[in-house]
Amino acid sequence: MTDIDVAQCLERLAEQLRPQLAELPEPPLMVGIRTGGVWLAQRLHQALALPEPLGELDISFYRDDFSRVGLNPRVRPSHLPFATEGRRLILVDDIIMSGRTIRAAMNELFDYGRPESIQLVTLVDLGGRELPIQPDFTGETLSLGPQQRLKLRGPEPLWLERCGI
Amino acid sequence: MGKRLRIDQIHPLQDGQPAKQATSVLIANGQIVAMGAQAINATADQVIDGAGQWLLPGLIDLNCHLGEPGPDRRGTIATETLAAAKGGFTQVCAVPETSPVNDSGAVTHLILDLAAQQGQVRVLPVGALTRGLAGEMLSDMVGLMGAGCIALGNGGRALRDARVLRRCMAYAHTFGFTLFIQPENAVLAADGCAHDGALAARMGLPGIPAVAETTAVSEMLLLAEETGVRLHLGQLSCARSVQLVRAAKARGLAVTADVAMHHLVYTDQVITGFDGRFHVRPPIREESDRKALLAGVEEGTIDAICSQHRPQDQAAKQAPFAATEAGLSGLETTLSLGLRLVAQGQLSQGALLRALIPGPAAVLGQPLPQLAVGLPADAVLLRPDGQWTVSPQTLLSTGKQAPAMGETLPGVVSLTMVAGQIVYQQAD
Amino acid sequence: MATMADSNRQLQLTADGELKHFLSLEGLDRALLTRILDTADSFIEVGERSIKKVPLLRGRTLVNLFFEPSTRTRSTFELAAKRLSADVLNLDISTSATSKGETLSDTLLNLEAMASDMFVIRHAHSGAAHFIARDVTPGVAIINAGDGRHAHPTQAMLDMLTIRQHKGSFTGLKVGIVGDVQHSRVARSQIQALNILGAEEVRLIAPDTLLPTEPEAMGVRVFPRMEQGLKDLDVIIMLRLQRERMEGALLPSEREFYKLYGLTREKLALAHPKAIVMHPGPINRGVEIESEVADGPQSVILNQVTNGIAVRMAVMSMAMSGQLAERQQQAKAQQKAQQKVQGNG
Repeated sequence: MTDIDVAQCLERLAEQLRPQLAELPEPPLMVGIRTGGVWLAQRLHQALALPEPLGELDISFYRDDFSRVGLNPRVRPSHLPFATEGRRLILVDDIIMSGRTIRAAMNELFDYGRPESIQLVTLVDLGGRELPIQPDFTGETLSLGPQQRLKLRGPEPLWLERCGI
Repeated sequence: MGKRLRIDQIHPLQDGQPAKQATSVLIANGQIVAMGAQAINATADQVIDGAGQWLLPGLIDLNCHLGEPGPDRRGTIATETLAAAKGGFTQVCAVPETSPVNDSGAVTHLILDLAAQQGQVRVLPVGALTRGLAGEMLSDMVGLMGAGCIALGNGGRALRDARVLRRCMAYAHTFGFTLFIQPENAVLAADGCAHDGALAARMGLPGIPAVAETTAVSEMLLLAEETGVRLHLGQLSCARSVQLVRAAKARGLAVTADVAMHHLVYTDQVITGFDGRFHVRPPIREESDRKALLAGVEEGTIDAICSQHRPQDQAAKQAPFAATEAGLSGLETTLSLGLRLVAQGQLSQGALLRALIPGPAAVLGQPLPQLAVGLPADAVLLRPDGQWTVSPQTLLSTGKQAPAMGETLPGVVSLTMVAGQIVYQQAD
Repeated sequence: MATMADSNRQLQLTADGELKHFLSLEGLDRALLTRILDTADSFIEVGERSIKKVPLLRGRTLVNLFFEPSTRTRSTFELAAKRLSADVLNLDISTSATSKGETLSDTLLNLEAMASDMFVIRHAHSGAAHFIARDVTPGVAIINAGDGRHAHPTQAMLDMLTIRQHKGSFTGLKVGIVGDVQHSRVARSQIQALNILGAEEVRLIAPDTLLPTEPEAMGVRVFPRMEQGLKDLDVIIMLRLQRERMEGALLPSEREFYKLYGLTREKLALAHPKAIVMHPGPINRGVEIESEVADGPQSVILNQVTNGIAVRMAVMSMAMSGQLAERQQQAKAQQKAQQKVQGNG
């Protein structure tokens, strides 16, 4: 366990998102990155009462480390139950570090059409970026020791596990 | 007086079994000049210690491809007869399917000349039964036999029809020639390349059904009975063929038969994984067939075990199974695989030795091979408890496609002599 | 002695049990086949996007080596490879020119020198893909696109995907295969797939002349009569009948075959009311199947194209993944060996 309260964090994120939603001409579409990102997005989606269903993204086919780690044996179909062309998207993931997952997710999103904009929401920012990608909204910023990893456990309850490697 | 060679402490083959009592043998001028008490202390120019070894009359192979005349990369009379000597054979019957086919006295002479110059063991050519082995027209049988062939055979090729076969038999019978025929009904075998059983069906390999052989055996036995020809059926592969031959012998037919060693050792399971090495003709069949063939050798229904030696190069087997060429090198492994069958209790020692020495001699109409004073010294010195490992390096044959590759087998030939001349001696 | 299943596992799986070639289904387990189907499901979704392409095999080269012409199968492999972002080279090599193994090996060695990562192979000889995987091209993933009468595993897997889409699972399913099983590589692979995936019963419905030797050894029940064989079937797979079968004296006539084994509405009524009808195509209407049945509501003949591409994408990416894992392991082992040599020196 960590001292981060996921539920509180989510509430804070929802608070940050609300004012800008009010200004938009039409509500944005929300997309979670499997698996942790989808759990968080489900809760945010509900908290913000977005009218259209939630999208789920499986980025396995877009990872840049295929030649090192191979194909994810548990890949499942991505599921975007809406047209993204010309729409504002909110992309949700649990933890951002290198930024490679988000790059893969954006590449995948663009294969569905050209969105008007994409904003990124992450629960925890661990730093250590390898690509010029920054979240628009972050719940917590943390730094871990070199031998430590953080993982979101769920789906019910959601909690963050800190583990050594 | 030539050089005298004495071999001490050997167990010579007597009455079909290696003698219990160790003794000596003295060889001079190509013949055995003394055995037993007279030999033990005889003076000699060379003495070989044969302690613990068997001395056997040379083995006889009824079906062997020497690769010559033919494309030389697949073996020559020089290389393959040396392999024969290492395998313990002092006589090999050379199949007619050479290139060109041995269907004329000229080719027979060529083979015999090459054998005389370069051969290590005695080469007994089998002439082609039909011209070009095409199965249509009779070959010059009398000419071939006059040139030195010992029998006439189909070389595993089909005859056009039963009428051609009947006429071949009748003509051969006129002159008392023996036919060596590998029985296969070509129409039933069609484009098959493996035993038509559950495994080939699963692998999607076109099968050669057992009836392709048994119908041919039946037909040939009936025609042989009618024409009176001396018929030798080569390389039987299935249980029912053994039954048919047994019944024919029982009613007094002049028929003999042989089986290739690989058909006694393996089942169709060896082609699992599309191993083209075991693509042979006839195909290796099922366990029940193997058991029946072993029983046939044991009881003498099958007179001889042959090597069905077919040296093949790598390229011949470098293809999808059906496109590989049939055949493997068997000269050097035949005796050892037989001894392994004996050690495993699958075949008696007496039956094995009979099928490799007096059995084939009788098929050829030769006198009983013996180790006796006054007889030519065609003999093999064998360490029955010795072991060797089959590998491309240990095989002398040009063809390195052999059974039991990588396995350690019992029985090491330490010396082979033909007419008293040492033609092969194991390196220390 | 190794069984077929053992030798096949050894040849097409990595030490970790991952696919590295896809030659036949023999010896593969239910978990792996299910994973192929699951992965294919994900690729079906990709096919519904505006850009139907993922970057998985970007920079990899795939060679379609067809020693037997087949535009249809080759096209689905080509499209599948392109949707994985691979570079594709199509080679149609007539069998007559390469009926000898030597030239086949030489052809492959030349292609290997072009640094290809994957060969998709169709060949008239059973075991051709095995031979190539075993003896010719280490480090290159081999996908069998049909070898002789032996196997056509991607076709069988696309059929399994279709069945799963309609029936949910394989448990309790009764599946009948009708027609020329003996000459069919597709049927052999289908029988294996169905048995591995746990179908309750696989039936062959055909006269003896169109059955393989000892069919029961394949794990099937044989029904010479369609009326009995169709009873309670959930899935009916109709095989294509080649005209040559009449010339080879295996069948009397197309008319008699249709009368006995053709799928008509009356015969279909004997199967389960929700039975689906499948056919690998192209259909001989009025020979294997009545037009009304082929175009009817129970027929699932058409959506097999989508599934075909998805299954081939799944198999290609999984085999490439296995090959890459193996290459990495080899590189590591080499590094270790080098370090050892340097350490000693």
